[in-house]
Amino acid sequence: MTKLKTQSLHKRESELANSNRQLEILSNGIFKSGELPKFKDKISEIGHFPLKPKKLEILQINVGYMCNQVCEHCHVDAGPDRKEIMTKDTMQQCLEVIKNTGAHTLDLTGGAPEMNPNFRWFVEEASKAGIKDFIVRSNLTIIRANKKYYDLPEFFKKHNVHVVSSMPHWTRGKTDKQRGEGVFDQSIKALQDLNAIGYGMPNSDLKLDLVYNPSGAFLPSDQASMEKDFKKALMEDFNIQFHNLFAITNLPISRFLDYLIASENYEDYMYALVDAYNPEAVANVMCTNTISVSWDGWLYDCDFNQMLDLKVASKVKHISDYNEDLLNDRNIVISQHCYGCTAGAGSSCQGTVA
Amino acid sequence: MSKTYYDPADLRKFGNITEWSEELGNKFFDYYNSVFQEGALTAREKSLIALAVSHTEKCPYCIDAYSKDGLQRGITKEEMMEAVHVGAAIKSGAALVHGVQMMNKVNKLDG
Repeated sequence: MTKLKTQSLHKRESELANSNRQLEILSNGIFKSGELPKFKDKISEIGHFPLKPKKLEILQINVGYMCNQVCEHCHVDAGPDRKEIMTKDTMQQCLEVIKNTGAHTLDLTGGAPEMNPNFRWFVEEASKAGIKDFIVRSNLTIIRANKKYYDLPEFFKKHNVHVVSSMPHWTRGKTDKQRGEGVFDQSIKALQDLNAIGYGMPNSDLKLDLVYNPSGAFLPSDQASMEKDFKKALMEDFNIQFHNLFAITNLPISRFLDYLIASENYEDYMYALVDAYNPEAVANVMCTNTISVSWDGWLYDCDFNQMLDLKVASKVKHISDYNEDLLNDRNIVISQHCYGCTAGAGSSCQGTVA
Repeated sequence: MSKTYYDPADLRKFGNITEWSEELGNKFFDYYNSVFQEGALTAREKSLIALAVSHTEKCPYCIDAYSKDGLQRGITKEEMMEAVHVGAAIKSGAALVHGVQMMNKVNKLDG
């Protein structure tokens, strides 16, 4: 059994559950005083302001914020106490878009997307659209959380779903510290279940990738080195295999922002992000090739903007009015949290970008 | 001016030393960056060596930098502490081995 760490910021009625308060923090203090340059100024220096989208490649749909875990640094502020769940009607609207989109990747996320009662129906329908890469972001423990989820690996296989799962470290202590007691053991079991039916095996078409994000107030190291270390440790200790590791930087929003402030790491972390700013990453940040759809159908430049309630700056703001050409003509909405995607080798839901 | 000799914020200013001697400063940073690249030793192994030496040199800037570097590389706290003990063992061994010199001297004078 996994033991939950805490409640969501929303349930705790924390002031940081309010996205405006988060944006206020990100715009004031060291950024307002000019101690650190604003993201807008930084990308203006290289002629990337306003930031514009390129061709749409990824349609990322968040089917709800409910989750069986309450990870310490969750940017969604997900948890069992979150009731925001995509309805079948909104899924139907998404399916219309999926059938006609030019995007080659469909990326379902949450919360734990599997907890949406219409998740399987949605996957079945969406898989008929012939999208090249169909990702489900599965937190792994959901597969072991309840008998009704035990067959998820087989379900994923049947629909040729590309499974992408979070794994903060190859040791129990560091994983459980971030994601809750018992998460490591359940994740290992789920990975073994996925391996057993072919997921993550060398030369297998059943893609299994892991996502690493740091367990504290520091940036991720080189993605290729981390992948090597993860592969060696998971193979030696548990005979587990996977394809790629994506190293993702924690963005200073939601529960991670709460953690940074509470641990008095906020300013140092923002300095670290700004110091690591890599102009080469700017052209490829994920908002330039992604549209993020929220549980209630609103459109965003990325999942992070969704959590800050920064809707797309376009006439088209909702899935019911979706128009890819109009959307591709928008300016991307930015704030200081965007430094998280341009630090070092860059960061996106698909890993590094530079 | 700071009233203490060490200010954590000074670590971020390390690169500024090139301002007063650009050529030597740049040579140092080029050398430094080359040293920490993957080679016969992995960057991970080098990070642990740097952490151990940071302690034997008692350099607070280096300890901050390589504790963070270790975390970024996924190095566990157990590995970090073992590295620090290696440094400490060499430090104490270096002191203790001089006991042989003491024994030699005592034996010569009073043997």
